[in-house]
Amino acid sequence: MSTTQEWPLYEIFIRSKNGLEHRHVGSLHATDAQMAIENARDVYTRREEGVSIWVVPSAEITATQSDEAGEIFQPAADKVYRHPTFYELPIELKHI
Amino acid sequence: MGDQIQLEELFQQRIDAGGKIEPKDWMPEKYRKTHIRQISQHAHSEIVGMLPEGNWITRAPSLRRKVGLLAKVQDEAGHGLYLYSAAETLGISRDEMFDQLHTGKAKYSSIFNYPTLSWADIGTIGWLVDGAAIINQVMLTRTSFGPYARAMVRICKEESFHQRQGYEIMLGLAQGTPEQKAMAQDALNRFWWPSLMMFGPRDEDSPNTELSVKWKIKRKTNDELRQQFIDITVPQAEYLGLTIPDPDLKWNDERGHYDFGEIDWDEFWTVVKGNGPCNTERLKARVDAWEEGAWVREAALAYSEKQVIKKNQKAKLAS
Ligand SMILES: [Fe+2]
Ligand SMILES: [Fe+2]
Repeated sequence: MSTTQEWPLYEIFIRSKNGLEHRHVGSLHATDAQMAIENARDVYTRREEGVSIWVVPSAEITATQSDEAGEIFQPAADKVYRHPTFYELPIELKHI
Repeated sequence: MGDQIQLEELFQQRIDAGGKIEPKDWMPEKYRKTHIRQISQHAHSEIVGMLPEGNWITRAPSLRRKVGLLAKVQDEAGHGLYLYSAAETLGISRDEMFDQLHTGKAKYSSIFNYPTLSWADIGTIGWLVDGAAIINQVMLTRTSFGPYARAMVRICKEESFHQRQGYEIMLGLAQGTPEQKAMAQDALNRFWWPSLMMFGPRDEDSPNTELSVKWKIKRKTNDELRQQFIDITVPQAEYLGLTIPDPDLKWNDERGHYDFGEIDWDEFWTVVKGNGPCNTERLKARVDAWEEGAWVREAALAYSEKQVIKKNQKAKLAS
């Protein structure tokens, strides 16, 4: 195995066109953020797939754990009153 | 123990329902290991696959052919990178994967252990090898592991150009001089059978298939994919006016498929085990590139570290 330290991993986000949000497209290794942007250009936008790139060191991302997904997301499951269909209005009513 | 069984049941239910598995989700150890193996070997194939084609970039017969081939080979590098990063989400490092490739512990597709002797081989590879890869990869866009499926969607979008540039090369040669046509036929003769072998052993000799289907890693068996490839490709060869080197190949009305001759499985296993025409050469090229590039990787890291120090010093002076 090589003795050189592995380059850090960056997560890559790309805005495909103005008006759309940046979307996670994958990750790549680079020595710093500038190189991550340059490499992301070559790896992820060879066919004009983007107009803007964000790079974030993977180690800097804090994420929910899948084993705690229940307690985090399930409380919303029984709150049907947050949805429009919960409210009963006469059918002849328009534009509401 | 009971917990384990329940987790496995929930896991299988999710897959049966067409759900995706993401890296941080609970998964059976075997699922993780199988994916690390399959995705990393897929990545290695993309990277090693650049070598036989790279062989012809400087000798492409026209600028049009050269830019096409160059762009294709660059895409394959990208495919390797998408796949390595998908594998890394399962907890294996990039260096570990390279190490497995370089020590021969990990395999890559055997097709890349055949030499590219003439320009027609480049056409044939795009047409047949990328064609076979497309069939496999289209299936994999629906695989159960999220990062693998997403990498496949990206890859499939790019593959179609690879196959078309290959077929266009073949068209040019097949409609060219008698020598050019002979060159195209010769390339087809050499690549036809190895292309069929790309789908792997026959179903009855493929013990992993059952589990792969259960976990929706594969949605079709090796033999089904191989048949699909043959049925699609035969008319394309006919259009070129080339002959597929299989005397047993003929349309079977009853089955609605082409029948074809026996594949030389001894050759298949010989190449898989490392004794194909170019195994040694391909591996050496990878190891050399890795070792000779070590100083570049170190220097780039040192440069970035220095930039950080400089920036900090400037900030201190300013405050
Ligand atoms: Fe590829
Ligand atoms: Fe390709």
